[in-house]
Amino acid sequence: MSDTSAAEPRHEVNLVVNGVPRSATVPARRLLSDFLRHDLGLTGTHTGCEHGVCGACTVLVTGAGRSDDEGVSGRPIRSCLQFAVMYDGAEITTVEGCTRPDGELGPVQQAFQDCHGLQCGFCTPGFVTTITAYLEENPSPSEEEAREAISGNLCRCTGYQNIVASVLRAAELKSEEVGG
Amino acid sequence: MTETAGRTAAEHESARPETAGPRTGAPEGVAHDAPERFVGKAVRRKEDPRFLTGRGRFLEDRNLAGQVYAHFVRASVAHARITGIDTAEARSVPGVVAVFTADDLEGVRPIPLIRQPPDPGVPLPELRTLASGTVRWVGEPVAVVLAESPEAAADGAEAVQVSYDPLPAVCLVEDAIADDAPTLHEGFDDNCCFRTSYTGGDAEGAFATATHRVRRRMVNHRVAPFVMEPRGMIAAYDRYEQAMDVWITTQRPHHTRWFIGQVLDMPEHLIRVDAGDVGGAFGAKEPMYPDEAAVAFAARALGRPVKWVEERAESFLATTHGRDHVADLEVAFDGDGVISAMRGRILGNMGAYLYPNSSGTIIGRTGPLLPQSYAFDSIDVEIVGVFTNTTPTGPYRGAGRPEATYYTERLIDEVAAELGLDPAEVRRRNYIPAGEFPWQTPTGLEYDSGDYAAALQTALDEIDYDGVRALQRNGTDDGRLIGVGIASYVEIGGVTPSSVAAMEGSPGLWESAAVTVHPSGKVNISMGTCGHGQGHETTFAQIAADTLRIPYDDITIAYGNTETSPFGFGTFGSRSAAVGGTAVLRACEKVVTKARRWAAELLEADERDIEQVDGAYQVSGVPTSRIRFADLASKTLMLMKPLADGEEPGLDAIAYFDPPNYTFSSGTHACVVEVDPLTGRVEVSDFVAVDDCGTVINPLVADGQIHGGVAQGISQALYERIVYDADGQPMTSSLMDYTVPTAAQTPELRTARAVSASPVNPIGVKGIGESGAIGSTPAVANAVLDALRPAGVRDLDMPFTPERVWAALQKG
Repeated sequence: MSDTSAAEPRHEVNLVVNGVPRSATVPARRLLSDFLRHDLGLTGTHTGCEHGVCGACTVLVTGAGRSDDEGVSGRPIRSCLQFAVMYDGAEITTVEGCTRPDGELGPVQQAFQDCHGLQCGFCTPGFVTTITAYLEENPSPSEEEAREAISGNLCRCTGYQNIVASVLRAAELKSEEVGG
Repeated sequence: MTETAGRTAAEHESARPETAGPRTGAPEGVAHDAPERFVGKAVRRKEDPRFLTGRGRFLEDRNLAGQVYAHFVRASVAHARITGIDTAEARSVPGVVAVFTADDLEGVRPIPLIRQPPDPGVPLPELRTLASGTVRWVGEPVAVVLAESPEAAADGAEAVQVSYDPLPAVCLVEDAIADDAPTLHEGFDDNCCFRTSYTGGDAEGAFATATHRVRRRMVNHRVAPFVMEPRGMIAAYDRYEQAMDVWITTQRPHHTRWFIGQVLDMPEHLIRVDAGDVGGAFGAKEPMYPDEAAVAFAARALGRPVKWVEERAESFLATTHGRDHVADLEVAFDGDGVISAMRGRILGNMGAYLYPNSSGTIIGRTGPLLPQSYAFDSIDVEIVGVFTNTTPTGPYRGAGRPEATYYTERLIDEVAAELGLDPAEVRRRNYIPAGEFPWQTPTGLEYDSGDYAAALQTALDEIDYDGVRALQRNGTDDGRLIGVGIASYVEIGGVTPSSVAAMEGSPGLWESAAVTVHPSGKVNISMGTCGHGQGHETTFAQIAADTLRIPYDDITIAYGNTETSPFGFGTFGSRSAAVGGTAVLRACEKVVTKARRWAAELLEADERDIEQVDGAYQVSGVPTSRIRFADLASKTLMLMKPLADGEEPGLDAIAYFDPPNYTFSSGTHACVVEVDPLTGRVEVSDFVAVDDCGTVINPLVADGQIHGGVAQGISQALYERIVYDADGQPMTSSLMDYTVPTAAQTPELRTARAVSASPVNPIGVKGIGESGAIGSTPAVANAVLDALRPAGVRDLDMPFTPERVWAALQKG
């Protein structure tokens, strides 16, 4: 993405995305979502509404932007409502980083495939990140809790039925790993 | 039953692979080792890993070197004369490259219609790329700014000054046809852009002799398709090749190519269109839009790639809306609740212009489907398309079908209420009997197959109908009102066979599939359909694997790119499985025929003695005289002998399918609602969808289609509504004002299945993509009215928001 004009001041943003140090120089008004997508080429994070409602742009952040999250790692945020410059020094996980270290599908991703939790796939990255964070907080949710956990994200294809099932399946896969 | 997806015995039957395989036309194998069959199985989707790892290729993900960004200046008033457009300040914004208005569009032709309504006697208003002289809806593109960055394009658009001389606006259909209404288009003094009638039997006679009648004015309100991925497009023009590359999030890439050729007067062989991964569509990514034409024009004019992605607020204005009818319908019936005729009028709000395909929605779907599941043989209904100062309407999941089902199913419940009969029983008394197919409707359709009473019974059993009725009679402790709603439906799928196309003002829409067999025996299949979430890469590979009898993993399915896919019409109208899936089957059958011929030659046997077994061809009953499919593929491409005259190398094949008729999926949706009389809040406490889509290719995918459709249908009944104020200003242009339901607002849904194979295609499949959205809305509406009727509420329009329901209860 080219910049508005030569006159607009630019700022260097250094952060770690999916374990890899990255940096880019951007105008102050560059949204974190656009920064990830266009400046860093990580197009898995999608923007569906640009006003923080749909959740497709959800990424997980550790260590910047808010003072009250000491010790909280992988907090889900709406990257379309944040400026990239606020995340200088942060660690961010996007959907691309939700795979296993060897690149195979991670437990949440695998659960979505097992349960047909996605159709067009556009909202999916935001669900995968949201659920990844949620299962850290609550490793064995009830169906009702699973439904509640995803109720900040919009999906127009699935009617959420199989996404709820995917949350439960992901919890199962994760606990098998821990147990096994 | 508490399972997320309750299954009936009927479904288990259908999902058994050995009973659900396609009829390949291949001779019966004599002996083979327990062949794996894929049709009917819940195969996990091939397309999922790329979406799950963020590797989908959506429009906004793509960038071209040197691209500029488009931002539209859109009409801010609903109806006005443009008295001036000042672009000077915009041109001086740093980064702005160009600003185009209608005056700059030399040589750009109007966007042609692909659905022709009945001739109104005067020329229909031309659909132009940018507004010229007059704006007629808030959101109409007036100018487009091109700039080096999206921010600069937005700043530039902000700086364009458009002066308006306001004209009176009209947004509601009944207001628009009133005598003193403002007129939108010259020659259309009454704002009616088309009129057509559905007449059959003797409605006049039936009404004259009927002992009972019931009439309702029903509003099927305007909703937004709300597609997760907004529309967008990148166009790049090469002046030396005089060719254009287009990436666009669309359901119809070949049609888009044709449209661009028409609008820019370019030959199609120099236009390449690629849909990439499409993030949902629901009918909203079918037509060619004026803004898309402007992007193509700008790319050619500037000689630089132009990228445009709709913003969400812009999408609420600029992408077609759905539904928006007012129906005034009446049925005649006897003392047993047997209906003899329907009559009345439906006004369809077409918005400010007819978009290329939008008249087909009400003309080709709503009107013909009014008889629904019922045997009455007389009808006299007029359908009128009306211009208003609103966003143009177009197909939205169901595209005219949900409206027809809504009206008829509401009326069936009114018949039951009038006579004090059980609405389930009234349906039984009026259904087309299962033994009577093919069935001719008085509106000119020929239903292919179905068993409506069976689906109803399954639905009643699933929701424990008698138990819920008892609960309803006894009342709840906390005063909550319980309602039970049933809606049966019949829908048109597999659009549009050439044999019936004239009825909907369309050409015949066949489908294509091209099979490429590589020397390794691995297979690519290119399709003319263009999936966008329906799992085509999986389900079509299932059909191919069964027909070719090769491993499922040896097959890939591709679509969406006009360079690599054969001409086809795309994905909409519940057509892809029935029409495109059959094209896959036919193309694979051709491959099998070629393979058998080559096998005979290579095995030095008579072709009639060659049988297809899993992964190979052999002399019938002689496994030692066998050639593997992969070896056949290799030997027929890497030839060791000269080709005989007329002989073709390899096993590739292309096939087309133009079905003899539509398919007619059917079913019954049933639900239980609880209404809190203190707040008016409606909660769907149980919902079951029983759908008959004929042969099920993949139950996982089929259930997913139903879930999504039902969620949208329930949402129309309870939450969603596009609202304009009296001046035509949209009041619902963000997700803060327009309710797209979350998981918390979407009830648990259960699905069950009935199976009546379609006789119009060899797979026996019918459409499933729209069914969920068709039965669910009237099921909820009937349930809400069932709950409210004892409190004295006899009629209420959707959406059943707490405010509306509470107010209705106060009036009682």
